[in-house]
Amino acid sequence: MNISNNYFKVIRSGLNTTFQDFGRKNLSHLGIPISGAMDNRNFQIVNYLVGDKDKTVLEFAYQGPLLKYFGNEAYIAVSGNVNFKLIRNNKIEDGNCYQTYNIKNGDEIDIISTINSVYGYISVCNGFKTNISFGSSSTNTKAEIGGNNGKKIQTNDLVSINQSSKFPSLRKINYLNKKIEFLRVIKGPNFNYFDEVSKKDFFSKNFEVSKFTDRMGMRINGPKLNNIVSTNIKSEGIIKGVIQVPGDGNPIIMLSDHGTIGGYPKIANIISADYDKLVQLSPGSKIRFKEINLNEAENLYYLYNLETQNLLNQIN
Amino acid sequence: MIKNILNLGDAGIYCDFGDDVNKDVNLKVINYFKTLKQKKIEGIINIAPSYNKLIISIDLNITNYGKIVDIVKNIKIENNLEQNSKKIDIPICCEEDYELDLKRLEKKLNKSKDQIVSSFINKEYFCYMSGFIAGMPFMGDIESGLRTKRLETPRLKVPRGSVGITEQFCNIYTFDSPGGWNIIGNTPINIFDKKNDQSPVKINPGDLVKFYKISKKEYNEYI
Repeated sequence: MNISNNYFKVIRSGLNTTFQDFGRKNLSHLGIPISGAMDNRNFQIVNYLVGDKDKTVLEFAYQGPLLKYFGNEAYIAVSGNVNFKLIRNNKIEDGNCYQTYNIKNGDEIDIISTINSVYGYISVCNGFKTNISFGSSSTNTKAEIGGNNGKKIQTNDLVSINQSSKFPSLRKINYLNKKIEFLRVIKGPNFNYFDEVSKKDFFSKNFEVSKFTDRMGMRINGPKLNNIVSTNIKSEGIIKGVIQVPGDGNPIIMLSDHGTIGGYPKIANIISADYDKLVQLSPGSKIRFKEINLNEAENLYYLYNLETQNLLNQIN
Repeated sequence: MIKNILNLGDAGIYCDFGDDVNKDVNLKVINYFKTLKQKKIEGIINIAPSYNKLIISIDLNITNYGKIVDIVKNIKIENNLEQNSKKIDIPICCEEDYELDLKRLEKKLNKSKDQIVSSFINKEYFCYMSGFIAGMPFMGDIESGLRTKRLETPRLKVPRGSVGITEQFCNIYTFDSPGGWNIIGNTPINIFDKKNDQSPVKINPGDLVKFYKISKKEYNEYI
């Protein structure tokens, strides 16, 4: 990809910094998962803050990148629960999430870390410029497709932005990312593979997010779930939010870059309304599962969506 | 026909075609998949066919479980599959460094390496599904004398191109990936071509695949 006149030099890459957008559709039958920004609400907000919709953003996890900007005046925003600094005109200032900033040649953005959460986002007016595969710029490092040729952002990379003649107004909203304790689920097709004690434990005991969590999946620890039917099923399709339980009895929650086929029993599914909050759970977080039915889940998604639209309307 | 339809969470439709895994059942799954795909139904994000299941995922902003179930139940399935399936020949090198498990399998199956390999390449395989990692084909059925379990401890990294067997199935690792199948050889052919936006996967569900043996020297000439 040719470097445009306006770009960021990556002084420090951060732990897992990737290009993301809305993800890929109609490809799971080829083994390509949906991908896209993990936290969809924060992806949408950060786009709106720079006057855009669905444009490519940078997603970071835990420690984010340090970026130095070269080019004409540009507009940026950060979303999530993020500790970051701006170095503008050689002056260091604390950055606020959910606020639009203008930056000039030589300015820096230092994403120090996410706070009690995992993912955050940086947007720039008119989007980052990178390669698109199968209709999306989302980097999928497993299939080596999407932005930055399917690779994480590396130190010393140059990250181009799309030319823009827009001058978005400087916007700001107040939004607090609430941490979730009860993840609402719908029972899965293999719920009855587990013994009575395990079925009870699943909805009454604490689980803890392990350190084995990434864009593909989240392993959680808690009471062992004892399978009394079969620890393998005939491999079948997976969707994000599925909770699989392998033979060791520790659940794995499938996330946006999941393998498209899996052969472990599905005990339950996280509801769509809770997905954004699920992905923000950092290792060590305690969680409980609460059973609801399909109808309730659909109503909760309606409310989630309404809340997202209200936030976006506040920006416009 | 679909035996049972369930919801998978609030954004998934789980179509179960029964417990049997064979070509006839899988052809039904694939016909449903192709028909639904062709109809481009509003709100469907993904359709994932597998041996005996079809999982549809949906965009809750556009549709819901009930609406899609109505469509799936009333859809007229076209049996157009046979004419669409391709026959594909895949080279495989089963020599040292390319096979990883033949020695172990000799003992387990009580057959010589040559017997295992010739038995494997003698048969045409049906592609049941594609996935797990991009483009990985799940094919079958291998001779009953070659059937064995997965490795007790899966490998952290199976090399790209590896051809594996387990139970009645065989597959090809399209990328370096963790995996527990028994590796009997490796193909130099690129099964997943990310530059081909229209048709990135060489082996699709319903296709018929036959392997032919190549030497190390021939393998290296591919690269």
